Amino acid sequence: MSRDAIVLLGVNHKTTPLAVREKLALSAGYEEPLRALGQLEELREYYLLSTCNRVEVLFTCRDIERAQKRVLELLFAQSITAEELDRYVYRHVNIKAVEHLFLVAASLDSMIVGEAQILGQLKEAYRHATKIGCSGFILNKLLHKSFSVAKRVRTETRIGAHAVSISYAAVEMARKIFGDLAGKKVMLVGAGEMAELAAEHLVGQGVAEVIVANRTLQRAINLARCYNGHAISLEELLGQLQRVDIIISSTGSPDLILFKEDVRSVMRERRNRPLFFIDIAVPRDLDPAINDLDNVYLYDIDDLHNVVEMNKSERDKEAVKAQRIIAEEKLKFGKWLANMESTPTIVQLRARIEQQICFEVEKTMGRLGDMDEQERQGLEKMIAAITGKIAYPALHYLKTDNHCIALPDRIKTIRELYQLDDGSNDQESQ
Amino acid sequence: MSFLFFQGSVVVYLVSAAAYLVFFLTQKTPLRRTGRAIFLAAFLIHTLSIIARAVETGHTPITSHHETVSFFAWSVGCCYLSFRWRYTVKNLGVFVSIFVLALMLVAAFSSRGVVPLPPALQSWWLPVHASITLLADGFLALACIGGIMYLLQEHEIKKKRFGLFYSRLPSLDALDKLNHHCLGIGFPLFTLGLITGSLWAKQAWGAYWHWDPKETWSLITWFLYAAAVHQRFTVGWRGRRVAIISIVAFLSVLFTLWGVSFLLKGVHTYVS
Repeated sequence: MSRDAIVLLGVNHKTTPLAVREKLALSAGYEEPLRALGQLEELREYYLLSTCNRVEVLFTCRDIERAQKRVLELLFAQSITAEELDRYVYRHVNIKAVEHLFLVAASLDSMIVGEAQILGQLKEAYRHATKIGCSGFILNKLLHKSFSVAKRVRTETRIGAHAVSISYAAVEMARKIFGDLAGKKVMLVGAGEMAELAAEHLVGQGVAEVIVANRTLQRAINLARCYNGHAISLEELLGQLQRVDIIISSTGSPDLILFKEDVRSVMRERRNRPLFFIDIAVPRDLDPAINDLDNVYLYDIDDLHNVVEMNKSERDKEAVKAQRIIAEEKLKFGKWLANMESTPTIVQLRARIEQQICFEVEKTMGRLGDMDEQERQGLEKMIAAITGKIAYPALHYLKTDNHCIALPDRIKTIRELYQLDDGSNDQESQ
Repeated sequence: MSFLFFQGSVVVYLVSAAAYLVFFLTQKTPLRRTGRAIFLAAFLIHTLSIIARAVETGHTPITSHHETVSFFAWSVGCCYLSFRWRYTVKNLGVFVSIFVLALMLVAAFSSRGVVPLPPALQSWWLPVHASITLLADGFLALACIGGIMYLLQEHEIKKKRFGLFYSRLPSLDALDKLNHHCLGIGFPLFTLGLITGSLWAKQAWGAYWHWDPKETWSLITWFLYAAAVHQRFTVGWRGRRVAIISIVAFLSVLFTLWGVSFLLKGVHTYVS
């Protein structure tokens, strides 16, 4: 009688460390895992999203527990242990899943709240799902809704207007120095979480290249792969200064790693093209005197904090507005889902009435097959009309909002009144 | 007739500068469009006034002080609009409209009398030399304004204290590009102005170069700009240093225009 459940399983940057996310990320593209999911007969509709910060699978099914187990086995179990699965993977069901999807699409669940990239990634993932044809009636509706919710949040709030993270503040400063960031090159020195965040932003702004320099090269290579960049060792740092425009430094080094004189000589070779240093390491990596050079700008973490503080209160107000919009849309979608619940009952009810009319007609008039074509068509039309008329009050009762009686109760009433659940009619129980 | 147009354009420039200034302080976007439309209107009225003046005097109206400054203001407006057409430099219009208004006020307060042209100056070199030089000055003025904006913005970014200008001025890169563009056009034009002036001097006074104060100062100015352009296009100077040179060199332009005429005497002074 009830409709399929909507289930969302996933890991994101809030619940799961990068080391685990890396293993789970679908690096080979969507097609293969989507086809693999297609082999599971428990799933009705399904769709996958994989970004640097999250891997999520959304599906509809009958038996939640069984489907969940199969999906986790298929997607994640080869990469991480059962214990890790338990600890990191979150599960949202039905309206919770809807809400989560809306939050993700509207970029409220992002590492940087309000960033615009996620919506594009969501659409891309959905495109893959539709290409294979694994999203159906419910998921199509749900995903399209999530796009429009994201759009609504973006147009009705100024959620993306102010930099509220250190990393985004850095991007904002970079835009004041370079204007357009397209075509600029970024170097991350040290591959910490902050650096990762800033790189995320800069890639969103269209920088041409990301270079990662790190003490352990493996870590640098992993991070660089995330942004299609390349990795270098720390020793090559000075040579690279000539090529890049923005340097984000976040090493754990106790001493300064770059001095004013180093940069001064580089500037001559760069023909004075501006350099923007962002030092988010504590203790600092970069000589503060670098800021005294012409066309060189150095911001450390305190400087960026000041910028952020100016913007923060503004963004908070906007996030509250966005949450309200999402709550609203969640309610609307919940209603649509609930109405979905009544659909099987409606179909069944009509079938039952029609069947009984046919039965009576046959009893009185003999077999319908004896009539000529025209007469039979006329009779069928009449039966359909009578069915509609008789079913109307019941359908109206189901479909109109009733504040006193909840929809499941109304469905139950109808089913009892018309004896839809009585076992004598097996063919209706689908 | 030209007087009427001139007065009209001063008033409209004033309104435009006021609209721009209010926009700059309150950041209400519709006001910027208003300011720009009014500025364009003022520029067109100003153009009419110059044409009318040319008809009335019978020669190119760049001989008296009033005419020269008015034409200077016109060429600044012209350069700005030509620039605006190709690039957008956020809020450049605010500064330009105020500068143009200032020039127009100077022109308004100087003697408007029409003086007959001495025979030596009656030549078709007059429109060529004078208009090219003043058009060059227009671009150089924009380079100077861009330089001032650059220094204001750079100061706030370097000192990390964000005040009035940080959010209102464009990126450093945009301002530097403005400088690049204006020097790139202004300097060749200025050179051309010097050459035509020298040819005209040969025709009018019999020698290419007289070393009268105006010529000397023009040459000094030319060397300043040559240095800026050389450093910019070969060594790769940019940003702050070029901005400072652009400002200093433009002060030299202004001195050539006014200082020489009023403080030092020579053959080149305005007809008076």
